[in-house]
Amino acid sequence: MAVNHGSEQSIQKMIFEKKQQKNKRWNVEKIIPFLLLITAAISVLTTVGIVLTLVFETFTFFERVSIIEFFTADKWYPFSATAASYGIMPLIVGTLKIAFIAALVAVPIGLASAIYLSEYASEKARRIIKPLLEILAGVPTIVYGFFALTFVTPLLRDLFPGLEIFNALSPGIVVGIMIIPMIASLSEDAMSSVPRSIREGAYAMGATKFETAIKVILPAALSGIIASVVLALSRAIGETMIVSVAGGSTPSMNMDVTSSIQTMTSYIVQVSTGDAGFGTTIYYSIYAVGMTLFVFTLLMNILAQFISRKFREEY
Amino acid sequence: MNAVLTKEKQQDSHGRNESLTQKEKVYETKGLNLWYGETQALKNINLDIYQNEVTAIIGPSGCGKSTYIKTLNRMSELVPSVRTSGTIAYRGRNILDKSYKAEDLRTQVGMVFQKPNPFPKSIYENVAYGPKIHGIKNKKLLNEIVEKSLRGAAIWDEVKDRLHENAYGLSGGQQQRLCIARCLAIEPDVILMDEPTSALDPISTLKVEELVQELKKDFSIIIVTHNMQQAARISDRTAFFLNGEVIEFDETNTIFSKPNDQRTEDYITGRFG
Amino acid sequence: MDRLINKENVSRRMTGRILLNLIFKVLFLLATMFGLFVLGVLLYRIFTQGIGSLSMDFFTNFASRKPEEAGIKAALTGTIWLMGVVTPVTLILGVGTSLYLEEYAPKNKMTTFIQINISNLAGVPSIVFGLLGLTIFVRAFAMGQSVLAAGLTMSLLILPVIIVAGQEAIRGVPKDLRAASYAMGATKWQTIVRVVLPAAIPGIITGAILALSRAIGETAPLVVVGIPMFIAFLPKTIFDTFTVLPMQIYNWTSRPQEEFQAVAAAGIIVLMVLLISMNSVAVLIRNKFQKRY
Repeated sequence: MAVNHGSEQSIQKMIFEKKQQKNKRWNVEKIIPFLLLITAAISVLTTVGIVLTLVFETFTFFERVSIIEFFTADKWYPFSATAASYGIMPLIVGTLKIAFIAALVAVPIGLASAIYLSEYASEKARRIIKPLLEILAGVPTIVYGFFALTFVTPLLRDLFPGLEIFNALSPGIVVGIMIIPMIASLSEDAMSSVPRSIREGAYAMGATKFETAIKVILPAALSGIIASVVLALSRAIGETMIVSVAGGSTPSMNMDVTSSIQTMTSYIVQVSTGDAGFGTTIYYSIYAVGMTLFVFTLLMNILAQFISRKFREEY
Repeated sequence: MNAVLTKEKQQDSHGRNESLTQKEKVYETKGLNLWYGETQALKNINLDIYQNEVTAIIGPSGCGKSTYIKTLNRMSELVPSVRTSGTIAYRGRNILDKSYKAEDLRTQVGMVFQKPNPFPKSIYENVAYGPKIHGIKNKKLLNEIVEKSLRGAAIWDEVKDRLHENAYGLSGGQQQRLCIARCLAIEPDVILMDEPTSALDPISTLKVEELVQELKKDFSIIIVTHNMQQAARISDRTAFFLNGEVIEFDETNTIFSKPNDQRTEDYITGRFG
Repeated sequence: MDRLINKENVSRRMTGRILLNLIFKVLFLLATMFGLFVLGVLLYRIFTQGIGSLSMDFFTNFASRKPEEAGIKAALTGTIWLMGVVTPVTLILGVGTSLYLEEYAPKNKMTTFIQINISNLAGVPSIVFGLLGLTIFVRAFAMGQSVLAAGLTMSLLILPVIIVAGQEAIRGVPKDLRAASYAMGATKWQTIVRVVLPAAIPGIITGAILALSRAIGETAPLVVVGIPMFIAFLPKTIFDTFTVLPMQIYNWTSRPQEEFQAVAAAGIIVLMVLLISMNSVAVLIRNKFQKRY
């Protein structure tokens, strides 16, 4: 007993001495939170940096080109030496064409996949399919671009002989394929979070799985599903490499999907890979286009967050 | 063994209560076994359910009472690893047979769950959902069904002015009666109730119990309950489940006044469970 | 009781409804398979197009005007250099931020703001990060088209991914573990370093691998930053210019000659093998450590 008591004493003593000795520990405890706060501040600084960069350089651009021309002119001819015109509408039209075609592909297929995964698939099937969809989501966009140009475009040209080599259809479809996993996985999350008991309530009345999915689960998860679609479309609007490789570089206002287009992103790429020097109007134009793109995607992201927060069902 | 015992008891009671035994059988369960993976949850169940009666199923938690009631409308098969053997005849047809469509069965057998589970829709849409999926489109008829079902579930007066408000605005007890109305709307033959009052306060519980008494005029009701007083108050017959077996099945009066089996007596006198 | 529902009609319709359910089940399955089918076609196409150009020389040659001599020596080395910058920067910033948000941040408007900021940052198109990198790192900080400038740009791009993964991993560590450590007199930082981080490490690594694989495959920001696509030397320090695999592939893809497509496909094979192995490692780590508590 005495020995035990003695050793206990000495452990307490050792701890005490160690604490004294390591009095700097108190400093560590104070410095660390501060250092961590700095790392967290970097993400805020990044946003500030993006906004300031875009605003300042866009401002310089608008000193040279009228903001009214930018939003109202219907021609985007920055490279013309004599009659340069900076109307962003054609780039927006090109971007929306891609987003629209992508939505036509991705919304039905993504939603159907989400319903299958959440309502029909066995646990085992889910465990196999979901990682594969993650791989599909992880394919680099340049690879999709290559695939669009060397496989989808020739395939479509066999079907529609009038299709140009560079067109809106092929990159639109491939962008759609790219965002399928996003819609599928976010919508599946929304549907899976509808409680089991609600499904059981429907099954117990003789509803089939299909009726339960369409008439009960889908409406209950609607806010999450819409948010997932908005987020995916925002991704489609910001997508760069697929449209740069397979979409061409012809800004146009028409609604034709078979001819060459230019999107906001592919214009920025065209200037970046070209030889427009620093300080030229063309150089500053990529910031104005980037700013427009940023505002578009930011609004869509905020909209998605608003929808999923505002209309969230409390089960 | 149990089957024999039950039979003898019924013959015994024949003289005392003729009306009870002459009723038509809705369900006949014979030799039902059920496994979740390797675990056997139901062992050789033999049980008959009679028309226009309330049959209570009691027993300690984990005794298989919920599992049994879920096999009666085949909700049990939603668990992936479930296997069954034996037969459950509903109106003479074996529902465990693969050719019997679960959806068909469930239009005849309604269910009320442990926790109220209204759909995140309006009160009206909750009740109209069943008739709608079963193909009723006529607005007037739907209105009629909704009113009748809500009246049937004794909740009409409370909700008639706010039929198009979200069902989640109702109190727990009201939600549960709405779920009963939703179940009545498909005009079932049998209503299964899986501990329907376990999540409710005493006043709501009382309302549901009164409702059950009312409903048995038109329906056959099977109610799982962990509350023995409730079984004694509202049921005509009671089955006592223990470890996946039916220990005793008899008229409620008999079960609660002179049970045949020591284990039943121990349970109802509160010695375990 | 008078019946309002004609049960015979209900029964008659049932076969059709069950059939409809079956039809849609098959349709939904086909839709799910469509994505996987495209993935299969894509991988198969690229494999058959590119396998002929894959040889030892392909790894040891620099880019060339002649497709048969073109290789990925500079690009593959450049990708490794880029990772050399991106990995430490994102790990420090990402884990630091997630630790701050989960362990230290008070529940106030400022914290909510940081959190919202991070989720919005995740939705900013990658090309916009390129504009940021071009203006701040390349020009304002005069880093030029260097490994460092590109690496920092890429780090900021994938930062939200790794922060969110880190937060989830840290949140997943049970409260009891922390309490046990505190109960023995450990300080907060000791508890974080010795209890929380070790327990959260699988989740953090999984998130980090997925984030890095995104950085390896990104092209757009580097195009804007101005990373060259045709280069015949290797960087010696992080201040040197360089190129990466996706840029090299982009360059080959945009060439009109048919032969360069095969070379591009070969480059894609290398890139995809790299990415799929990283992805598999991440999935393996996740599955192995998923249910420990």
